[in-house]
Amino acid sequence: MNFANAFTPERLQEAWNCLLNEFPFAVWETVYSTLLATLFAIIIGLPLGIILVTGEKKGIRPLPSPVLSFLNVLINLLRSIPFIILMVMIIPLTRVIIGTSLGTVASIVPLTVAAFPFIARLVESSLREVNPNIIETAQSMGASPLQIVVHVMLPESVPSLVTNITLAITTIMGYTAMSGAVGGGGLGKLALAYGYQRYRYAVLYLAVIVLVIITQIIQSFGTWLAAKLDKRLKNK
Amino acid sequence: MIELKNLSKHFETSDGAVDALRNINLTIQDGDIYGIIGMSGAGKSTLVRCINMLERPTEGDVLVNGRNMGAMSEKELREMRRKITMIFQGFNLLMQRTCLKNVMLPLRLSGVDAKTAEKKARELLALVDLPDKANSYPAQLSGGQQQRVAIARALATEPDLLLCDEATSALDPKTTHAILQLIRSINEKMGITVIVITHQMSVVQEVCKHVAILENGSVVEEGEVAEVFSNPRANATRNLIYPESSGNDSVFPEGGQRIRVIFNGAIASREPLIAKMAMDCGILASILGASTRSVSDRAYGYMLLDIPGTPEDLARAISYLSQTPDITVQVEAEYAAKEADA
Repeated sequence: MNFANAFTPERLQEAWNCLLNEFPFAVWETVYSTLLATLFAIIIGLPLGIILVTGEKKGIRPLPSPVLSFLNVLINLLRSIPFIILMVMIIPLTRVIIGTSLGTVASIVPLTVAAFPFIARLVESSLREVNPNIIETAQSMGASPLQIVVHVMLPESVPSLVTNITLAITTIMGYTAMSGAVGGGGLGKLALAYGYQRYRYAVLYLAVIVLVIITQIIQSFGTWLAAKLDKRLKNK
Repeated sequence: MIELKNLSKHFETSDGAVDALRNINLTIQDGDIYGIIGMSGAGKSTLVRCINMLERPTEGDVLVNGRNMGAMSEKELREMRRKITMIFQGFNLLMQRTCLKNVMLPLRLSGVDAKTAEKKARELLALVDLPDKANSYPAQLSGGQQQRVAIARALATEPDLLLCDEATSALDPKTTHAILQLIRSINEKMGITVIVITHQMSVVQEVCKHVAILENGSVVEEGEVAEVFSNPRANATRNLIYPESSGNDSVFPEGGQRIRVIFNGAIASREPLIAKMAMDCGILASILGASTRSVSDRAYGYMLLDIPGTPEDLARAISYLSQTPDITVQVEAEYAAKEADA
């Protein structure tokens, strides 16, 4: 490694060219793999999170406790495997679904598997914030468990869900960068394969800076949206 | 008609079993405003939740218009709950929805289409004097306004019975009065039976026709409000009616000629009773203690008087005071003896 030569004029020129030619596509890959993985993770994780709350012994639609225990163990198990190892572990599954384990599209499978248990826990915590008295009120009106979820629990927790999904997106984007180490595309791959392995440190740092900027944009937008949607605050 | 028959509820808590309700028997007639009053922990909230089966009673039955609530399927129960609605101490509005959407909610839950539900909700918001708050969010409203929205919401499914669980306990006295007036007018105009759960005697005084006093999960006294107030039998009732006087009588020294003047709804403002007795009979009574309350301009409660002079003076005082309508006079020694019997 030689950092002294990393920022010579010709290296910087090279990095600038890379920024113009390679970065736009890498950013696109990072963004779409993040958003698609988040979407699929929500599709699996949202119902799961709802069940974790409603299926409790004192929930609105209690489930047999072995079912609930199984779900909790499964989620904890998946959450405890480091992403980079999970990604390698589920290569057979990725091959079955996508046909290959390489490339940006293929990386969406492990990203989803890693993210849905996280989303399920976030949804669980958001729904637990809903005032139990409001749920009791809905029951007193003759609402069914499904109606309580749709008309009360989800609408009441929208600001919290937005905040938590923003957190999930930024976390999943971190995972996409890691997936660059084992076949995934995007800014992570650019930073690792091009910047690190070929000693183009200027490119590595640029990739990191771009990742930081994207994260900032997503986080700021999520925070703004959550505040805008929250009707508990007065004078709006 | 609502009938509670031998209703009991146990809870198993980490501190052991708790008997929240013990063998409650009550009948509430259609069109009544029925107060259930007790100190906190007396079981009021559990009792009201047993009526719509938010809490399942451990024993006993709840019959609403002859139908056994405990024997219904979940689906029947949900249908029934549209006719037994509830308002709460904390209002419990959806904070992320406008007032209009809040009032529409029970209608939407029962399958009414959005347009019809909105029309009905706007009518109800007008009924509770908040027609201009349709698009406001609950956080922008005062507590009293939020409770009005909650009342509109409770009326949306045209209930037969309205359960009020400490509905005014979070409100200031003036707002409490306004909400109680609204509840009374709903009872009168729509013929909706109302059950009022409260720890405040003033709430019962203001709106209820009948009252049951709950203590440690049991009904200790029950009847018409005026009757229960004028002659409270149970200690719990007396503590609720005269919280400031409980146990104070015993501090007066023994001896002397003492009478207890009991007001059973005498028109309070008509005459200065004690002053008149002094002028008419020349008896200068001193007031040792008193605890009276006025309910719609009538006095309930008692006054403890010391009558100086001979036993004849005492007899004269008793006969003089007894002439006033709705006042009973007892010699204090006799009163205390009756207490011991009870």
